[in-house]
Amino acid sequence: MISKLNLKVVEIEDLSPLVKRFRFEDPDKAALPVFSGGAHVSVEMPDGEMLRHNSYSLISDPYDATGYEIAVRREDQGRGGSKFMHEKVAVGDILKLSMPANLFQLDLRAKKHVLIGGGIGITPFLSQMRQLEMHGQAYELHYATHSREEAAGLALLPEAAHIHVHISEDGSRMDLGAMLADQPLGCHVYTCGPEGLIAAVAEQAAMLGWPATSVHSEAFTAPPPGAPFEVTIASTGQVVPVAANQSLLEALEAASVVVDYSCRGGGCGRCETTVTSCDGDIEHNDFWLSKEERAEKKKIMPCMSRFKGLALVLDL
Amino acid sequence: MSNTQFTPSITSRPVYPGLTSLGNVPAIMIADASGQEALKELAAADSSVMDQAHVLLVTTSPALADKLQDLRPASIETVSDLDAAVPSFERLLSTAKMGTQLYLAGSEGLIGFFSARALGSGLPQEAIQSEHRGPISRRMQCVHCKGVTEDVTTDPFTCSHCGLTLFVRDHFSRRLGVFQGVCVDAEVPGEVPETEEIQP
Repeated sequence: MISKLNLKVVEIEDLSPLVKRFRFEDPDKAALPVFSGGAHVSVEMPDGEMLRHNSYSLISDPYDATGYEIAVRREDQGRGGSKFMHEKVAVGDILKLSMPANLFQLDLRAKKHVLIGGGIGITPFLSQMRQLEMHGQAYELHYATHSREEAAGLALLPEAAHIHVHISEDGSRMDLGAMLADQPLGCHVYTCGPEGLIAAVAEQAAMLGWPATSVHSEAFTAPPPGAPFEVTIASTGQVVPVAANQSLLEALEAASVVVDYSCRGGGCGRCETTVTSCDGDIEHNDFWLSKEERAEKKKIMPCMSRFKGLALVLDL
Repeated sequence: MSNTQFTPSITSRPVYPGLTSLGNVPAIMIADASGQEALKELAAADSSVMDQAHVLLVTTSPALADKLQDLRPASIETVSDLDAAVPSFERLLSTAKMGTQLYLAGSEGLIGFFSARALGSGLPQEAIQSEHRGPISRRMQCVHCKGVTEDVTTDPFTCSHCGLTLFVRDHFSRRLGVFQGVCVDAEVPGEVPETEEIQP
């Protein structure tokens, strides 16, 4: 299973009305493991009876072992994880973080990197940018956001010719066609943000003849809330209730049913669980299972997905 | 004559599925005297494939270029051998944008030679199409002295650099664009198997 780091919150800063930056350090100032650009950590949030986990991209320098930083956008429609971070966490608190893991690495064979971040999707690029600077690799970064007020990333981005900020409220929208049409051979493009942006970049790149292997994305999100449901554990017959603002994985953990996991954002595949029987519909919210696998209803990713129907039995 | 069918081998051995038009997109095309037939067939299937195509023809016969001119490519240049094509090819690659397609037709040596240079310049593997035409001969690298022997048609063969007798492997280096030749009589010097013609 995943080893954990107990880290102390040493700074909390408002980057925008909705986004706060948190800095974590070892309570004894011990060096933390360094990571690679695009890596994330999963943060444990003990909120009353409920133990939630959310994954956040690290935004600090990957080679800086003195601390980890994340940026958390408050999602009032979410399960309450980001709200917990915003309202309950104070400087001096000790939180449990997973070791960094990376599902959104740079392809280091690239001759140039084009990084496109929409809204809070700017976060993985903040560490990637530092890695690229360190290695002297060619890149350009595009940060797209609705308004200047919401643009939390502005405070964290240097002013440079290869850093482009597109604020749609100011009328400076991204022109994906122009951005991708003029890139040299060996260029890779990376997108993080709303699904619409990821799809638009992929579509534009394909239209211009970019092979899919040069197009990367991360649609990392927190597990969505939904209607409460129940699952049955095949080996014991135990019935596990899943609350509206709890993920299936969190509910299994609360019931002491062991499931291996890593990203908790539907991207890594580690928590893939076999479905023994399913009388109803699985709401697949992950980015791991294929269309065919979803249709078969034989697999579920408990970190993100939910269930609607009469009975779901898991092979656990 | 059409695309050569090779016997299935190890994963490392390149395969040449043949050329298929991706239409009017930026393209670089390289062919030798045998391979230029494949370019003609490509253009016959879809003439728009030539609209943005820069053609390098590796041949010592200028008359072949005149015939290809009828296909109306964006540009055409004749070069006498693989090495002579390098400056023009690198100039084309240096100004090419993502989305550019590379069409290669001719010997395994030609396909390997330009694929390796294109990959080194960042052109994605998926943007390279190839069709084998002409004689079955290979560019072989001696794994001992690293010298490359061109147009190898027999197995084993003699390294043109260090003189070792080399076994022709299907093990291919994408980075260098050459097959690997390994000393065939390292255990018992002089004990060399009978020389055979390389088969497809």
